[in-house]
Amino acid sequence: MTGEPFLSVRDLKIHFPTDDGIVRSVDGLTFDLERGRTLGIVGESGSGKSVTSLGILGLHNRRNAKVSGEIWLDGKELVGASPDEVRRQRGRKMAMIFQDPLSSMHPFYTVGKQIVEAYRVHNDVSKSVARKHAIDMLGRVGIPKPDRRVDDYPHQFSGGMRQRAMIAMALSCDPELLIADEPTTALDVTVQAQILDLIRDLQEEFNSAIIMITHDLGVVAELADDVLVMYAGRCVEQASVDDVFHAPQHPYTWGLLGSMPRLDRARSERLNPIKGSPPSLINVPNGCAFHPRCAYATLNGGRSESERPELTEAAPGHLAACHLPLDRRREIWESEIRPTL
Amino acid sequence: MLAYIIRRLIGAVLMLLLVSLVTFGIFFWIPKLAGQTTDQLAAAYVGKAPTAQAIQDTKERLGLDKPVIVQYGTYLKGIVAGQDFKAGPVVDHCPAPCLGYSFRTSQPVLPQLMDRAPATLSLAIGASIIWLAAGISIGVLSALRRGSIWDRTAMVIALGGVSLPIYFTGLVSLAIFSYSLGIFPGGGSYVPFTQDPGTWFQSLVLPWVTLAFLYAAMYARLTRAGMLETLGEDYIRTARAKGLPERTVITKHALRSTLTPILTIFGLDLGLMLGGAVLTENTFSIPGLGQLAISSIGTGDLPVVLGVTLLAAFFIVMINLVVDLLYAAIDPRVRLG
Ligand SMILES: Nc1ncnc2c1ncn2[C@@H]1O[C@H](COP(=O)(O)OP(=O)(O)O)[C@@H](O)[C@H]1O
Ligand code: SF4
Ligand SMILES: [Mg+2]
Repeated sequence: MTGEPFLSVRDLKIHFPTDDGIVRSVDGLTFDLERGRTLGIVGESGSGKSVTSLGILGLHNRRNAKVSGEIWLDGKELVGASPDEVRRQRGRKMAMIFQDPLSSMHPFYTVGKQIVEAYRVHNDVSKSVARKHAIDMLGRVGIPKPDRRVDDYPHQFSGGMRQRAMIAMALSCDPELLIADEPTTALDVTVQAQILDLIRDLQEEFNSAIIMITHDLGVVAELADDVLVMYAGRCVEQASVDDVFHAPQHPYTWGLLGSMPRLDRARSERLNPIKGSPPSLINVPNGCAFHPRCAYATLNGGRSESERPELTEAAPGHLAACHLPLDRRREIWESEIRPTL
Repeated sequence: MLAYIIRRLIGAVLMLLLVSLVTFGIFFWIPKLAGQTTDQLAAAYVGKAPTAQAIQDTKERLGLDKPVIVQYGTYLKGIVAGQDFKAGPVVDHCPAPCLGYSFRTSQPVLPQLMDRAPATLSLAIGASIIWLAAGISIGVLSALRRGSIWDRTAMVIALGGVSLPIYFTGLVSLAIFSYSLGIFPGGGSYVPFTQDPGTWFQSLVLPWVTLAFLYAAMYARLTRAGMLETLGEDYIRTARAKGLPERTVITKHALRSTLTPILTIFGLDLGLMLGGAVLTENTFSIPGLGQLAISSIGTGDLPVVLGVTLLAAFFIVMINLVVDLLYAAIDPRVRLG
């Protein structure tokens, strides 16, 4: 591996100035990702995950979003690049799969046309060559009779097939970075599992870097190599998937683990949903943004309310932002949290 | 598709029957309900000195002596098979489709309509080309530059456009461009295209622009709102995520969705207008269907009123059919269910 990572995000901030104040949707995010690896970004809804992914693709309107920091993709910086330069990378070098495949495809064009279009923006080929490629892609994502389905419209596909088609479209130019923003949230459970399998298989085949965005730690456990836990626009914990599940450091991560639906229990039965709701990103609480909901906020002599905890290394390669001393965290995890999971 | 078209055509015929029945009813039954006798009704068509004999003759000549339902039947039969008409000693044959004879002039109705239709058609089609082109392009530009000076200016003007009545803008434009500056001829200068294309065009410029101004304002606002909504759609985000140039995103992905609902509204507007753009025709004294309708309502000339109404309804029904077919062609969700 060469010195610099394939994707490197440095202190990324995405703020939306509005009439009510500045919405700090992403407020200083830093992470790296290599080809062939999968980073899971988890957090409750409203924590800034989608804004992050759209930010990496440069899809925010520069007029109403203020983006700062650096995004290095294969040695090219994107935040300071011209819109057209970023556009050229989109679809070719980095691609995205969205949550709702029905609304994410144009209702007036056939699935095939939409894939052909994605392919031909970046590849100077004839329509018939592109069409063959589209059929080929549809086949590779497991759509039966791709040479016939290619002429169907999105509404004629089932939800799962539609998401497969969406993946075929995203992968049509063989991107090295694939961002999947809750790709299975709109699908039912069995289809979810199939789509996750598909993504894993394709990653082996294409060796792409994947950012898997989800509010579901179960998806992360399935797919990710590394995990970044996001809360209120910031990273609160970052580690390998093993560390996150076996030695989590942050009370918010504990909360997510506790609210994870489990296969051996009824889907509706959640152990301990985290009390309260995520803060508005216009008015993020002082100190640790999680403190109004944190059961351990009072254990730090007022620091949780007044001083923002920085990300620090709890173990090599394992970062967490919490004022609790390390031994205290281990104690709470071992005695209070782990037994309840 | 063919079955669908046939079904729609049958629906259209039923619709026209209903319109004719309602028009008949308003004309005959409502006066009766108000206590007017058939004699009194006939007296209105006799002339200066209504003698009993003259009234009786008129009643027979116009068929008013028969029950309303029979008159209606005669009328329908005329459309399908033609109709004979007694004008004194001679019997006149009016071939199908016969829309009857004017109560006032004893002239057949259809040629009168055909005489008036070109003026209305010229007015409506010319104006609609201008308002579509102007309204849609202004709306799109406004949406793409939302909040800019251009957008705000355009929307203020558009608000003015939809709020000002035609006879006001019409009279102002006449006052300025015709009577003061003399660039365009004044009211009443319309000549048919076949007679003198140059004068036809000149005489229609002000009516076109006046009428188009109102509608362009409406369409600009509609397009802008539709475009802004479309630009927020997920599939637009996808189009951008593919790396399509912004111009392709707008023209190929956003515009098509934005214009589809506008097509429906356009169909209605054009259909209504083909039945007579009453205010514009009046303001500029254009001898179109609207003028004919107004004058024949004033003189109680039922067959002419009925003819204009049916023609207007025919236009609306037909254009709606065309719009629905286009809709199915554009939107596969309609076509394929
Ligand atoms: N264009 C925008 N203008 C203002 N606020 C926005 C905009 N886009 C997203 N936000 C806000 O940013 C926050 C994070 O949103 P998002 O990234 O979609 O969360 P999630 O983690 O559920 O994907 C939300 O509070 C949302 O309201
Ligand atoms: S810093 Fe305080 S409030 Fe924040 S997570 Fe840690 S203990 Fe809880
Ligand atoms: Mg989201």
